[in-house]
Amino acid sequence: MSQQPKSWKEVSPAGVCWRPASDYLTGDWRTFKPVRDPTKCTKCLLCHMVCPDSAIKYDKKTMDVEFDYNYCKGCGICANECAAKAIKMVKEEGE
Amino acid sequence: MVTIRELAEKPELFTPGHRACAGCGPAIALRYITKALRGPTIITEATGCMEVVSTIYPYTAWKVPWVHTAFETAAANASGIEAAVKALKRKNLLKYDHVDVIALAGDGGTYDIGIQALSGAVERGHDFLYVLYDNEGYMNTGIQRSGGTPKGASTTTSPAGTIVPGKTQNKKPIAEIMLAHEIPYVATASIGYWADVIAKVQKGLAAEGPAFLHLLAPCPRGWRSDTAKSIELARLAVETCVFPLWEAVDGELAMSPQSKAIGLKPDRKKPVADYLKMQRRFSHLFTPKFQHIADEIQADVDKRWNKLLKNCNVSPAVKV
Amino acid sequence: MATKTEQQMVPLNGDEAVALAVKQSDVDVVAAYPITPQTIIVEKFSEYVANGEVDTEFVCVESEHSALAASLTASLTGARAFTATASAGLALMHEMVYVTAGCRAPVVMAVTNRALSAPINIHGDHSDVMAERDSGWIQLWAENAQETYDSIIQAFRIAEHKDLLTPVMVNLDGFWLSHTLENVNILPDEVVKKFVGTREFPFVTDTEGKQVPFKLDPNNPLTLGPLDLPDYYFEHKRQQEEAMHVAPKIIKEVHDEYAQLTGRSYGNAFVDAYCMEDAEIATVCLGSAAGTTKTVVDYLRSQGVKAGVLRIRTFRPIPWEDIITSLEGAKAIAVMDRSNSVGADGGPLFHEVRHLLYGSRGHPPVVDYIYGLGGRDMPPKTIHAIYKDLYDIASTGKVKHFVNFAGVRD
Repeated sequence: MSQQPKSWKEVSPAGVCWRPASDYLTGDWRTFKPVRDPTKCTKCLLCHMVCPDSAIKYDKKTMDVEFDYNYCKGCGICANECAAKAIKMVKEEGE
Repeated sequence: MVTIRELAEKPELFTPGHRACAGCGPAIALRYITKALRGPTIITEATGCMEVVSTIYPYTAWKVPWVHTAFETAAANASGIEAAVKALKRKNLLKYDHVDVIALAGDGGTYDIGIQALSGAVERGHDFLYVLYDNEGYMNTGIQRSGGTPKGASTTTSPAGTIVPGKTQNKKPIAEIMLAHEIPYVATASIGYWADVIAKVQKGLAAEGPAFLHLLAPCPRGWRSDTAKSIELARLAVETCVFPLWEAVDGELAMSPQSKAIGLKPDRKKPVADYLKMQRRFSHLFTPKFQHIADEIQADVDKRWNKLLKNCNVSPAVKV
Repeated sequence: MATKTEQQMVPLNGDEAVALAVKQSDVDVVAAYPITPQTIIVEKFSEYVANGEVDTEFVCVESEHSALAASLTASLTGARAFTATASAGLALMHEMVYVTAGCRAPVVMAVTNRALSAPINIHGDHSDVMAERDSGWIQLWAENAQETYDSIIQAFRIAEHKDLLTPVMVNLDGFWLSHTLENVNILPDEVVKKFVGTREFPFVTDTEGKQVPFKLDPNNPLTLGPLDLPDYYFEHKRQQEEAMHVAPKIIKEVHDEYAQLTGRSYGNAFVDAYCMEDAEIATVCLGSAAGTTKTVVDYLRSQGVKAGVLRIRTFRPIPWEDIITSLEGAKAIAVMDRSNSVGADGGPLFHEVRHLLYGSRGHPPVVDYIYGLGGRDMPPKTIHAIYKDLYDIASTGKVKHFVNFAGVRD
């Protein structure tokens, strides 16, 4: 997850942050994962708006959303808010 | 009016990878706020949940210039940044026509420890937007009560015990306090209505002078609610009139459509118990001993709602 | 030796000297809250603003805590920022004093040293700033209004140096210097403006691996003031200590360049050793008391007594080598503390000097005289009595009391 911590000579002064948070994958936090039924989805993009972790990305080319399981924490807000009831929260397999 | 597709196409300025809890209301609030930005912006934040989860060195979730100094300083920081921008612009050292300055703070950094700096900054008339993301408690340090915690809520410093039923004091009317400061723009919003939040943030940014936005953002951890229900709860707060939506442009108070709809048709108003029952921080209010507090809360909500209706000149629509 | 600049002599008190130096230094933002005896600084500055004599954003903040918060963020946004305070105001800012140093912002602050409450006292002593010794700010101490003026101008250059990024405090004794009228030689506006120059920014790495200027800039977004967990805080603090090792070179460079410009220097920039070369009895002090002490030393010297006084000008970083060298050969040393560290067996300056002399040749006795608290006058005769004690200590080798209170009614 993190690289070898730098010495005081190497770190930026005053703690200026130099790594994007997106380097830190929060996907392993979840217990349940959202699964979308494409037959019910109306592509209203509401799920993209409501996700606290921006884990539902919008692809301009396909004009569709894409679930980013690298970051999804499994809160279930997308499933709860989806007007078409197209998202189900499914228990993760394995550990 | 911007469309959801236009908003979805915008790059995320508050990126994934932050360490907020699953279902975090304030994180949603920050996404809406950053979606509403209109140009060069500098954000300053008070110590609190959103500051901590987004800037654990060396990581940062921010793609806009951002600074944190201390807990009570959001508004003082904004004053300094705004003054610097003004001074540098006058000396032709600034390459932008305008820089928006936003102060972000939780209820901890606003109602209590930060209120002095906030009051001072708006009195001085700095051109900035202050957004209060209200999760009704000092959540970052472990759910302690704040001036913004509502009556009856159980927190670690106002626990519901056998004798005392949680916080006994009312929620400080912070938006009304800001209204009394006679600033160009004051509004309340809830993460239950993304379009309203974005519109109000944009109005706040456009206002010349101090603007204040009180944004309700449920915390599933502190409110003991289902992580999937954060937005639903934020909507219910409005539907039960616990958190009415309004805005005041240059002091002219007007109800927002979501609350106005209830004012026009009172049978839309939902009982407060519907809202309280979804949060286990209020569960003790549904025991025989403390049921009367739940009733008091309903009475308080009704009283304030009726007063607001009067002030906004909203009365039930007459059927023709 | 270049010919020095022509200067004008004007009557100014310490506060007015500060205000004038700030005015001439092209400061962008001043955020301050009034407190005696700093009030003349903010009042004078307000006049400059009201008359359009400065192009500065003057923010009348609602507390000192906000004063430093606003100055800090203004500085981080790229502006040259200044504030001033004293006593309870500095105490109220305490949290932000550390934050400013930790954020590596080149803020300059004038402190008109005044006693801390309770009981409330508005007069001069050093207790306020002694509580900020550990914060990581550079500290310069002025002996008179002239030095105050000169040090403020130098402070901006020192703080903003790309290798330093450390805020600077300039200390002047409350009332003794802040309110006392003196003849001060001032430089023309353009000369000061040229001396302080424009701010340059060091480069830091952003999240995309780019080298960008260290400031809040929408084109190059940076995150400043993050949370450090135990895996990084220690390293950041170590860096601050390192800056203090880099500081002496920069302080000296700026001091010497200024001396060329004005013909005025203050010792070697770090200590002002007066008659110390062959001094057998010596006092060590900070601030305006040195002026009075110098007249006592002159008198003693005229009587054939080998007395001297060592004034420390740069208190942080403490010029340990200069202090040890200057005090070499002294047979008895008295440190004069204008503040007390209650319960610590002596005042703060006493502790620092004694610590530096531990293990030095000769092990001269070092004693402490706590004086002048709450603006209590420190007249020549009291200082003379201290030298008399030193004379006895030097002759007999015996110390009656290591920690003394000079001037208190027993």
